[in-house]
Amino acid sequence: MSDHSIFTRPARFAAIAPYVWMVLFFLVPFGFVLKISLSQTAISQPPYTPVFDFAAGWASIEAAFGALSSDNFHLLLSDDLYVLSYLRSLVVAAVSTSILLAIGYPIAYGMARLPKQWQPIAMMLVIVPFWTSFLIRIYAWINILQHDGLLNQILLALRLVSAPVVWLSTDSAMYLGIVYSYLPFMILPLYAVLAKMEPALEEAAADLGASPREVFWLVTFPLSLPGVGAGVLLCFIPIVGEFVIPDLLAGSNALMIGQTLWLEFFTNKDWPVASATAIVLLALLLVPLLLYDRLQRRQLEQAR
Amino acid sequence: MKMPKGLSHFNIASLALGAAFLYLPIVILVIYSFNASRLVTVWGGWSLRWYYEFFNDSAMIEAAWMSVRVGAVSASIATLLGTAAAVALSRGEGFRGRTLFSGMLYAPLVMPEVITGLSLLLLFVALNAERGFWTVTIAHTTLTMCFVAVVVQSRLTALDRSLEEAAMDLGCDPVRAFAAVTLPLIIPSIAAGWMLAFTLSLDDLVIASFTTGPGSATLPIRIYSEVRLGVKPEINAICTLVIAVIAAVIVSASVAAKLSNQPGETAAPL
Repeated sequence: MSDHSIFTRPARFAAIAPYVWMVLFFLVPFGFVLKISLSQTAISQPPYTPVFDFAAGWASIEAAFGALSSDNFHLLLSDDLYVLSYLRSLVVAAVSTSILLAIGYPIAYGMARLPKQWQPIAMMLVIVPFWTSFLIRIYAWINILQHDGLLNQILLALRLVSAPVVWLSTDSAMYLGIVYSYLPFMILPLYAVLAKMEPALEEAAADLGASPREVFWLVTFPLSLPGVGAGVLLCFIPIVGEFVIPDLLAGSNALMIGQTLWLEFFTNKDWPVASATAIVLLALLLVPLLLYDRLQRRQLEQAR
Repeated sequence: MKMPKGLSHFNIASLALGAAFLYLPIVILVIYSFNASRLVTVWGGWSLRWYYEFFNDSAMIEAAWMSVRVGAVSASIATLLGTAAAVALSRGEGFRGRTLFSGMLYAPLVMPEVITGLSLLLLFVALNAERGFWTVTIAHTTLTMCFVAVVVQSRLTALDRSLEEAAMDLGCDPVRAFAAVTLPLIIPSIAAGWMLAFTLSLDDLVIASFTTGPGSATLPIRIYSEVRLGVKPEINAICTLVIAVIAAVIVSASVAAKLSNQPGETAAPL
């Protein structure tokens, strides 16, 4: 008779080092972002004020606290530039995630239906592009989509168009880049759930007289919802904050919030506004993040 | 009416189109890296001139070497911490702070990189830390640790626990049972986690941009600044080299996994 509790105590000790690391390098930094978001920009090193000088005594700390203000947040919520940027990010993420689901689901389903010995190979084939540099893959599309790139060459050769089409610096190119980059994030959780599904369930439904379409929508899809949820959240949340893809592929008239943040930080050198942007973005993503956390924990419980 | 077993035409079409979509751009990029002509429209024959240009570009080589070092160090630390976290989560049952722990651990998986990059930079500035190799390495470790944890944990939970229990029944203490029985079985996953962390670090642009210092640019940062100016054939060569390195790592890992395949495994390392 084995005693699980013998194993669990030492296992818990293993959590100490990663715990400390994550508190220090993940949780604590958010405190700094909050503090800076309440500060003002300044021509100094560091480029914000007030600076908490703990060595200068309690009075200076009190004064510093007094100098904090929520001006930056007023700016964000009132200036159209930022509001539109947030809205655009949410819309782009929602549309991209829908496309990803529509494309990813058939692929994941096909993979789950492959003979058992082919499935690891298929999974490898999906994962390998993901491991290949993300920047490189976007660049590969720029190569193809540019003015005299391969796509236009083919279209011209086939006489489908009479002049080179402008593909780059458009929203279409951006969506293409997003879908291309995030597809593995959608496929893998879906595949994981679909592969574990008992084929007997679908067969039983068919035996009871359901058409293939009914079998899918009444049996397969509902059972795959945890995978759908995971895939959707794994894609939606990071896409909202995307920077590289819209920067390289989209036009410059409307910016996503990741681009706005980057601009504020690197170009305008306005750290406080950039921090405030990050805080508001975090607030917007709070609900999806909590959903994601709940989904993860549920999967953890089920697996144990 | 029975559902057709196995693959339908739709399934096959989905898989084929999916594979083409994922791989064609990379294949095209690789082919163009050997184009003797600078122009995309003209095929000037096979040539290695862009590779020569890359090897003569000292700024690029420096950045590539920086990326490799950051990747190796951050992947190693991340693998240690991530494996420990995975062990704690899969074998540790409930403990105080577990919810916060798993929340913190899995958040970087989805958190937009602009947020994590900015927050880490602000921490480093507040600590007056000199920005360079170590700040980027710490940032990457924080990011990739969760990926390692996911890979190792899925393996740990899939493992047959009766093996560990048998060892303990035979008189091993838990630590010894873990080292002698569980650890050898999860080594392929730990290795896979290391490689995943390495490639993620090698590839990261946003977090590196925030946390790097003067003179310590990584390869993605250099590539990005070049790409913004337009397509350059030298970039094709660099990209092909990076792809080749990663492919070699993946292939050797799969071969190693196949060779070390043991009974008691219920799923592929990933």
